[in-house]
Order: sequence, then structure tokens, then C-alpha cells
Amino acid sequence: MSLFRNFATGLRSLFRKNQVDRELDEELGAYLEMEAAEKMRQGVSRKDALREVRLERGSLEVTKELVRSGGWEFFVETCWQDLRFALRVLRKSPGFTTTAILTLALGIGANTAIFQLLDAVRLRSLPVPSPDELAQIEIRGGTRGFGVSRTNADLTYPLFEQIRSHQEAFSSVFAWTSDNVPLGQGSQAKRARGLFVSGETFTALGVPPLKGRLLTTDDDHPGCGFPGAVISHAFWQSEFGGLDSAIGSKLLIDSHPVEVLGVTPPIFFGLEVGTNFDVAIPFCSIPAFHNSPVLTRRELFWLTVMGRLKPGWSIDRAAAQLNAISPGLFETTVPDGYSAKSQGTYRAFRLAAYPGGSGVSGLREKYDASLWLLLGITGLVLLIACANLANLMLVRAGKREREVAVRLALGASRKRLILQLFTEGLVLAISGGVAGIFLASAFSKGILGLLSTERNLLELDVAPDWRVLAFTAAIAMMTCTIFGLVPALRSSRSEPSDALKSGSHGMTAGRDLFSFQRALVVLQIAVSLVLLAGAVLFVRSFRNLATLDPGFREKNILSGFVSLEPMHLAKAQQYQPIADDLLEQIRSIPQVESAASSTHVPLDGSSWTLGIHIRDLDTSSKFTWVSSECFQTMQIPLLSGRYFNDRDTQESPRVAIVNEAFVRKYLGAANPIGMTMRTVAEPNYPSEVYEIIGLVKGAKYATLREEIPPETFGVALQFPGSRAWMNVFVRTSSPPGPLISTLRKKISQINPEIRRFPGSSGPWRRCSPLSDCTA
Amino acid sequence: MGDKPSDLVQGTLDMLILKTLALEPMHGYGISVRIEQMSKGVFRPNAGSLFLAIQRLERDGLIDGEWKPTENNRRARYYTLTAKGRKRLDSETREWSRQVAAIGRILEAS
Repeated sequence: MSLFRNFATGLRSLFRKNQVDRELDEELGAYLEMEAAEKMRQGVSRKDALREVRLERGSLEVTKELVRSGGWEFFVETCWQDLRFALRVLRKSPGFTTTAILTLALGIGANTAIFQLLDAVRLRSLPVPSPDELAQIEIRGGTRGFGVSRTNADLTYPLFEQIRSHQEAFSSVFAWTSDNVPLGQGSQAKRARGLFVSGETFTALGVPPLKGRLLTTDDDHPGCGFPGAVISHAFWQSEFGGLDSAIGSKLLIDSHPVEVLGVTPPIFFGLEVGTNFDVAIPFCSIPAFHNSPVLTRRELFWLTVMGRLKPGWSIDRAAAQLNAISPGLFETTVPDGYSAKSQGTYRAFRLAAYPGGSGVSGLREKYDASLWLLLGITGLVLLIACANLANLMLVRAGKREREVAVRLALGASRKRLILQLFTEGLVLAISGGVAGIFLASAFSKGILGLLSTERNLLELDVAPDWRVLAFTAAIAMMTCTIFGLVPALRSSRSEPSDALKSGSHGMTAGRDLFSFQRALVVLQIAVSLVLLAGAVLFVRSFRNLATLDPGFREKNILSGFVSLEPMHLAKAQQYQPIADDLLEQIRSIPQVESAASSTHVPLDGSSWTLGIHIRDLDTSSKFTWVSSECFQTMQIPLLSGRYFNDRDTQESPRVAIVNEAFVRKYLGAANPIGMTMRTVAEPNYPSEVYEIIGLVKGAKYATLREEIPPETFGVALQFPGSRAWMNVFVRTSSPPGPLISTLRKKISQINPEIRRFPGSSGPWRRCSPLSDCTA
Repeated sequence: MGDKPSDLVQGTLDMLILKTLALEPMHGYGISVRIEQMSKGVFRPNAGSLFLAIQRLERDGLIDGEWKPTENNRRARYYTLTAKGRKRLDSETREWSRQVAAIGRILEAS
């Protein structure tokens, strides 16, 4: 009550200053009048009485000032005065002001940009109701190399079904995965980002439809065909122009017409931070697309499984319950075709639950450490900027020493002076902060642009939220304290008499001031040196990566992914002649030196491992099946033995070429040529015996940074499973850019049903043609 | 210099103002004269601190101010004690007596 009253009265005297002043005048006037009247009653003349009273009571103005300074509004008024004064002073030196604000804006902007990315990648929750109730279900410690895994994937579909029917901790569990889907007909198809979901997903997440309806459990049942698709807001805008008629229209997904059921709200980007999706499709539609039994495969780990906790259940309790039901779940889903030992590994898996409220992100693992490091670096840069500004402020304060001295001599309090100098710093810091927020958006978009590649588009919502704004405000305040307060404290310390005596040249606090400035310079140099050393190390390791020999010649190589599956041939063997023909046709193009196919694109991050038995060793090796010209095309040198040739066919004995790392790790000094190895059986990949016929130097496998792993090459014709796809490598005699469209035409001529995708490789260093190739 | 008014003990002016207003509503000058009279000239608050204290008390809701004509046809603000102010006066008086008694006992001890 009294607080409110205090506030209201204060406001009144702030905004109705004149009236309040008049009232105070009147009240004090009445007071003096009454006192004078009292004296007059004792026989003094009116004039003398008034004079006496004034002598006794002091000046009316001083009294008024005293009374006024009692309220809180007085403080506000002072600040307002300081602010106006600061603005006036800053306007008088536009050069200094601009420099200061720009320096701060750059420093604060850079920090905010990095923090925005950190915030978007790491701190933000999924845009769904109560994200903290979401948990992710994983195998504790991962699959340890068992089975076939996709990136960011944790569980198999049969496991998901088991969890769904046996768990107790969650009101609902759901599974999802993302994969590219071809949109359109045959060779005209373009790539769309698909989100494959179980029927529970949207309901469990609590995502409401923006238009139409979203997928439910009724849509997702075995053999459902194409019940429909849900599209993202961005896709709706770009493909349907945001029209309502989109709902109910047909979308051609992989040549199948699928009805559009609804649109998700713009804020929903899926469950993977850093990407967005175009179409969401229920799991039960996958068999209709692919004819592949992904939903029953027990060794294919391709799903992320999440659940929404029941009220009263904690993550830990849920994890304990999942752990308890694990033995039964894994027992009933043991995959066939594995050795007893492998199956034992599988049976020993245990499920666990982890917080899932911030979604899944490959970015998080990949860039988390680098972002924190960057934040540290930009923090140091800001520190340098602050030290610099503090120095400038000190120099200015030196020039204004006389002004300060005069004001001190006239009775201004030190506190008041400090506050005023500090206000100047505050004005600069706030202007710099505001400019910094705008710069930050540009910066963070720039950084995203640097990290994105054509096929790995990063989409992050980096719009500043309260966390970012709080961060910016905090660093602005911090900078202000560093460069504003310290000089203010320093310069208010001068002795007025000294300053006035020494004339207009501020020489007084001299030695003290200089030593402080010197300390600032030392700090700047020290921090700069740290940054310089860091930059040198960074450039060196970048250079090392850029000049590192990948083991094959990257120059003038095009790569592309080709799928023959849409031709829907009856037998797997029928694809091979078409693939051969395709390579032959490509070789007939004049600028093409050679062309080859492979099951693996180097450096794209993917991996294909098979267990092997060689000599007395039970171990494993990367496996890649290549067409016979692959080594010549990639220019991977042969060390001994021979390359594959035309006599290595489907009927001839299985042959293999191994790399140096294979020999070094498994065979020591022994000559590998002529040795045999047996592969460990996996579903669709029966155990086979290979004779080693050649030894190559080897090339980097999944990433540039890691050591070359033991790798075995088989010849494409002897591929043990069935496949209707390949990665094509083309070596050209001239820069390959212009050749892309020729290649495209050539492939369509062979068969318009053949689908071409950009290769599935990740970022390729130096933006070499291998990553731009969108044949 | 026995006739020069002494300074008030820190923080007691508020209590004295409340006390004078407990008798009857009064304007600023009246309060000043009353305090001087009742203290037999020992305390004589100056206008600055008096009005500062009045402003504070009013904002805390302990007293209420109202413009009224005076006997010689001027306007002055008359202050009345509120219920809250009366309660505060009681508690402060009690606290004061307690402290004075305690200090007295210490000073008289020998």
C-alpha cells in the first residue's frame, strides 16, 4: 500500500513537476510567512521579520532542493540529466563515438552470434508442449558395431514394436527417422527431405495441425499403402504457395501419388535440430515404396525412439523399467544369420532413457566443442576491444580533467561525477549492444552458410530469444563496467586544486593514470598474443587438412549416386548389365578419361564393415565393392599383385584386394598375396571365402582426420547381396563442371526411369567437384 | 551557549512529528512550533529536515496531508495522523522508552 503510494507520489512529481514545485513553494512560503507573522506580533516590522526569518532558516531554494532530494524520483531525474549530458558530450565528438560504438558492436555482435548458434543447437527445447517430459530410448553404450546402423539412429523396428507393447513409463512412445525421398516422376524426381514417423508421433509430441490433420495411429498399420503425407509449413509455402487447396491434393512421391493430409505449424522443424523436413510419411508406407522389408529387419538400426513420460515418472525411473524389460525384449528379437557370439552381444544389450526435450542433433556432437571454443575466442576479442575503449576513455578523461576539477571545486559530489561518467559508458555500451544484436543475425547466418553444403543444408532458427537477449545485455553491462567504470573512478580521484593549478593540461593524476594505461596496454598485447598463437595453430591444422594426401587424386573427379530401382526389374541380376552399359556410355563421352562404380564414396562419413576370419584372427574390415577400373579412376596405386580384370566374374572364384593398413594390422610382415579370408555371415551376406590378389596403398575412408582403416575391396560383379544402385566416379581430362549436364542427358537417354541423386557425401574439402557434382 | 537548540537524536524527528499530530491536525509551521514549545526550546527542527520528514511520512502512509485555509487567509497543508501512523507512534514510543530506560540504567550504574 505505502509502496504503491510512494511510487504514485514519485511519478506525480516526475511528470507534473511544475505543479508539485508550486505546491512545495506555497507550503514553504506559508511556513515562512507564519514565522514572520509570529515575529511581527512581537513588534518587528514586516520587512525586518522576513529578513530575520530568512537569515535563520537559510535560502528557500536550498531547503527546496533538500526536500526534493528525499524522493526516489530525484534519482531518476538525476539519471535523466546525466543521460542528456552524456548524449550531448558524445555528440560533440562524433569520431570517438562512432569508433566506440562500432568496436563494441563488432565485439558484442560476434559474441552474440556464437551464443545464438550455441543456444539454437544446444540450449533450446523442441518447439512442442512440455518438452522436458520427452525422453529418448537408446541402447546403453550403443550397438558396439553390431548390425547395420544409420547415423543418429538407435533401434530397429521390431525393437520399437516390443518397447511399445511392454513399456510402462511413457504415456506414448513413438519412432522416427529422416531420409531423402524422391519427389516427382522417374528421372525428373528431385530430392525432398522425408520424415518417416510412427503413427503416435504427432499426437505424442502435441503438435497441432496448422491446416488439415496430422498422421495418427489409424494411418499407421501394416500394409496401409499410402494413407497420406503431412507437409511442413516451409514446403507448403514453396510448393503450394500456402494455398488451402494443398490439402487433399496429390503429391508424387517416388512416382506414387500420395494425398496431402495436413500442414504442420511453421515453428515445427521435425525432431532433428539443424534441419527441416518437407514431407512426413508413416512407416507403413515404406514397403509400398521400396519393396524392402525394413520393418521386419532385426539387424537394421535406423530409428530414433522417443516417449512422453507419464505424470510422476522420472527419466531415471523410466530407464530402470526399460532396463528391467530389456532381457525379454532382446531375446525375442535376436536377428538370425549371425554367429552365436554376435547374438550373445545382442542379447546383452540393455535399454536406457535419456532426456529428449532438446531433440536430436548431429550438429551438437559435431560443433559443440568448437562453438564453446569460438565463444571463448570472441570473448577475448571483446576483452581487447574493452581495454582499447577504456584507454580511449582515459585519454578523454585526461582532457576533461579541468572540467572535472572545476565541478568538484564547485561542490559536486564524487559520487555524482562517477555516475555521470559511467552514464557515458552505459550509453556507448547500450548503443553497441543494440547494433551488436543486428550484426549478430548477419554473423550467425554467415557462419551457418559456411557450415552448410549444398546437400547438407543447415536450417537453424537463430532468431534472438530471451536467452540471447539476456546474454547480450549481460556482456554489454560487463563491457560497460570494464571500460566505463574504471576510467570514471580514476578521473574523479583528481584533486581540484592541483588540476586547476597545472592549467589545462591534465598532468595531475599523471603517474597513476599512466601506470593504469600501461597495464591496459600490457593486457591488450597479452590477449592479442594468445589469440595470435591460437590463430596460427588453427591455420596450420587447417592447412594440414587441406594439403593432406587422401590417397587418391581428387582433381577432375565427378561423383554421383545412381539408382536403378525405379525400373522395377524382376531379378536382381538384370540390373548388372544396365549398370555396365551405363558406365560404358559414360566412357564414350570425349572428355571422360575413365568411369567406375563403387559402393562407397570416400570421406562421406559412411561405413560398411564385415566380420572376417583370416589366418587365426577373428576381426573385421571395411568392405567396398568396386568395378574393375575403380583404382585407375581414383588413381589409387597398386603395391603388389594385380588389379581386378575382366576374368573376375560372378562365376569365378571370389577375389579381393586389401590395403596397406589391412596388412600392417592383421598380417604383419607376411606377404598377403595368395592368402584367403572368410567373411562372417550376416543376413543377406552369406559367409564367403576370398583370395587376396592385390595390395593397394589405400585411401582415406570415412573422414579425412582419421587413420586409414583396414579395407578390403571386392569386385562389383561378385557383390554377395543384391543391389540396384551404385556410386559413379568419372575422371575427366578438363575441369568437370560443364560435363554435368551432358552426363545427365546421357543417363536419361539410357532409361528415363533411372534416378540420379547427388552423391551422398558430406562436406568435401576445398569444395572439390566431388561434392558439387549433382549429375 | 545553553540557549542554542540542540540537534535531534538521529531518527527521532519522525516520532516527534507523529506525536504532535496525535494531539490534533496541524500544518508544517505548527508542528515546528509545537516541537519547540513541548521541548521548551531544546529542539528546533529546521524547515528542510522538517519537510523532508513530512514528505517521507506521507509517502509511507503514516500521515495524510490536505490543503486548508489558515487563520490569516493563506493556504497551508494540514497533516493528520492515519491509523497506521498511530500504530507506528505507539510501537516507537514503547521502543524508545525501553531504550532510554536501558541507557539510563547503564549510565547510572557505578
